[in-house]
Amino acid sequence: MAIEAREIETLIRARFPAARITITDLAGDGNHWAAEVIDESFRGMNRVQQQRAVYAALQAKMAGAQGELHALALTTKIPD
Amino acid sequence: MSTAQDQIRQTVTSNDVVLFMKGTKMMPQCGFSSRVAGVLNFMGVEYADVDVLADAEIRQGIKEFSDWPTIPQLYVKGEFVGGCDIVTEMTLSGELDALFEAKGVAFDHAAAEKIRAANA
Repeated sequence: MAIEAREIETLIRARFPAARITITDLAGDGNHWAAEVIDESFRGMNRVQQQRAVYAALQAKMAGAQGELHALALTTKIPD
Repeated sequence: MSTAQDQIRQTVTSNDVVLFMKGTKMMPQCGFSSRVAGVLNFMGVEYADVDVLADAEIRQGIKEFSDWPTIPQLYVKGEFVGGCDIVTEMTLSGELDALFEAKGVAFDHAAAEKIRAANA
């Protein structure tokens, strides 16, 4: 059921090609992840809209009880 | 037709603050739910807690209702505020205080400052 950091990044990258993406394995168990996504396309969106966009990119992995991505702490930012 | 959607709509419109969570405010069953409930409890906010683990239809229904794939989910005056990460950020930045003030939700200002001081 575990997922790899590269896989998470690839999925986010597909939707946000120019983003700065940092993936952290919070517990070292491949189950609890943190992702920080910094992307220009977030400008003009509120946090809910920004995070919805990232969740949409990860949809297949987060779907229901079969989702491999059990826990993801998400931070979205606009570049300085 | 969709009773879970109706039930959720009813819940978020008839309560000023609602937290959809795993477990209850007194006994959270997940770290993320626990964090948000802990903030609201500490800030003395009056809120309704909905345990999604107790009802599979609500658990799935709230994700569709909010277009948000994870639990917990915080609603203030019928509006979706966010999940654990957003609520945490807003607590630390003071935006949550501003939101509660704007919406007329009572909370303990000093407690909010204590959270920020402890996480500075």
